[in-house]
Amino acid sequence: MIRPDRRLLILGGAAFLSGCDALVRNPQATCTVKKAEGLTRGAQRAVIPRTALAPEYTEREISKNFRANGSIDPADREYRALRANGFRDYRLVVDGLVERPLSLSLADLKRRPSRTQITKHDCVEGWTSIGKWKGARLSAILDEAGLKPNAKYIMFYCFDALDQTEDGERYYTSIDLVDAFHAQTLLAYEMNGRPLPIKHGAPIRLRAERQLGYKMAKYIKRIEAVESFAHIGKGKGGYWEDRGYEWYAGI
Amino acid sequence: MARPDRPLTDGRLAIWRHPLPVRLTHWINVLCVVVLLMTGLQILRAHPHLYWGLASDFDDPWLSFPVIPGWMTLPSWRDLAAGRNWHFFFAWIFVINGLIYLTYALISGRVRRLMEPSREELRDIPQSVVQHARLRFPEGEAARTYNVIQKLTYLVVLFLLLPLMLATGLAMSPGMNAVLPELLELFGGRQSARTLHFLAAMGLVAFTVVHVLLVFLSGPINTLQAMVTGWYVIRTEPEDATDDPA
Repeated sequence: MIRPDRRLLILGGAAFLSGCDALVRNPQATCTVKKAEGLTRGAQRAVIPRTALAPEYTEREISKNFRANGSIDPADREYRALRANGFRDYRLVVDGLVERPLSLSLADLKRRPSRTQITKHDCVEGWTSIGKWKGARLSAILDEAGLKPNAKYIMFYCFDALDQTEDGERYYTSIDLVDAFHAQTLLAYEMNGRPLPIKHGAPIRLRAERQLGYKMAKYIKRIEAVESFAHIGKGKGGYWEDRGYEWYAGI
Repeated sequence: MARPDRPLTDGRLAIWRHPLPVRLTHWINVLCVVVLLMTGLQILRAHPHLYWGLASDFDDPWLSFPVIPGWMTLPSWRDLAAGRNWHFFFAWIFVINGLIYLTYALISGRVRRLMEPSREELRDIPQSVVQHARLRFPEGEAARTYNVIQKLTYLVVLFLLLPLMLATGLAMSPGMNAVLPELLELFGGRQSARTLHFLAAMGLVAFTVVHVLLVFLSGPINTLQAMVTGWYVIRTEPEDATDDPA
């Protein structure tokens, strides 16, 4: 037998919970709540110096089982062919708002200024793994291509579709020039001293160490400098960003 | 800011307890903490395992949750993106609201006046615990101030648990890690920070359960009225009552 006051409490609780759900479904409420992202981004950009480095760790601290998330085996036909040939025919395209569009082989990338770093990888889901990365500095590649003055964002287009199908929507994401020119931002081709494994994004993946994992695109096919990403995908700057996740993933 | 006592017709005394800034920030904080807890559980649901140290040893979490029921999370369905958006929106309100409260409470002397325990009180803690356990609540002049357990609890919540929520939250931010690596080290790594964020949240839940329970046991109308209108009613002492016709 439920006493009336307890029934009232249960009813009140249920009303509160369904009210919360209704608010989350409400586009206007979502729009208001998403404004916090701009505040977070502004506050973090204000307190974090442009050059501040993400913490680096020792060899001993490298994770034995670094989790591979998202795509782990792209179904893309072109990717499969490149992979079968050990990525010898792979070319990274750098274009968009640049003075000199580039087409770089893996060997070309390995000849560019590089950096090696042991950093933590923070997934939006909440887990952390630590890995050692070696890659070409994105800043050097962008300097080589020469950004036009109106370039504001760097887009990364990938071979993989998260549903692991041939026709699935391809992964993509973007970062701004603050992160693009950061010393630890790499086009990584080595992980833990070996060629980047397929499940971690071979032949190259992005490392942007002051952001969450979903910004660090794997299986990168093309890099494009743009002024705005409003016309790309659903206009939010990335695959997950189009699905409600923050564009600024510094927290 | 303090207002004089107001004698009521039934012989009791209304005393001025909670000024407007305290009442406002209290209720805003209630909303924030509820939403932060529910969205926090939504975020936890994306990877319901907790670890100590720098990184996640997936084979060895110290705590795993087989199920986090939908009624505990906001929204009730699985939606990490919405959970995060709502979490950070209310985190900002929580921080701004908390700063307003703390500034007010420190400048107005409220913290010292209401929460700083005296030497005698600290000595009498065991007795106070017994009183509390027997659910004996002072109603006369003694109800004018908080007892020593209340004082210590409020101090722990205000200056330890709530700031710890913010600090452990910021320690999980890869952006903040670049500018404040000391914070990350203080907590022993990102996964320790995540665990401490969870434990501090559970501490707040425990506080809230006891707090609400005591509100109901000690006279819900009076305590709730005090946090809405500012006036708290106490019984007058016998010597005062002698010259009271009632």
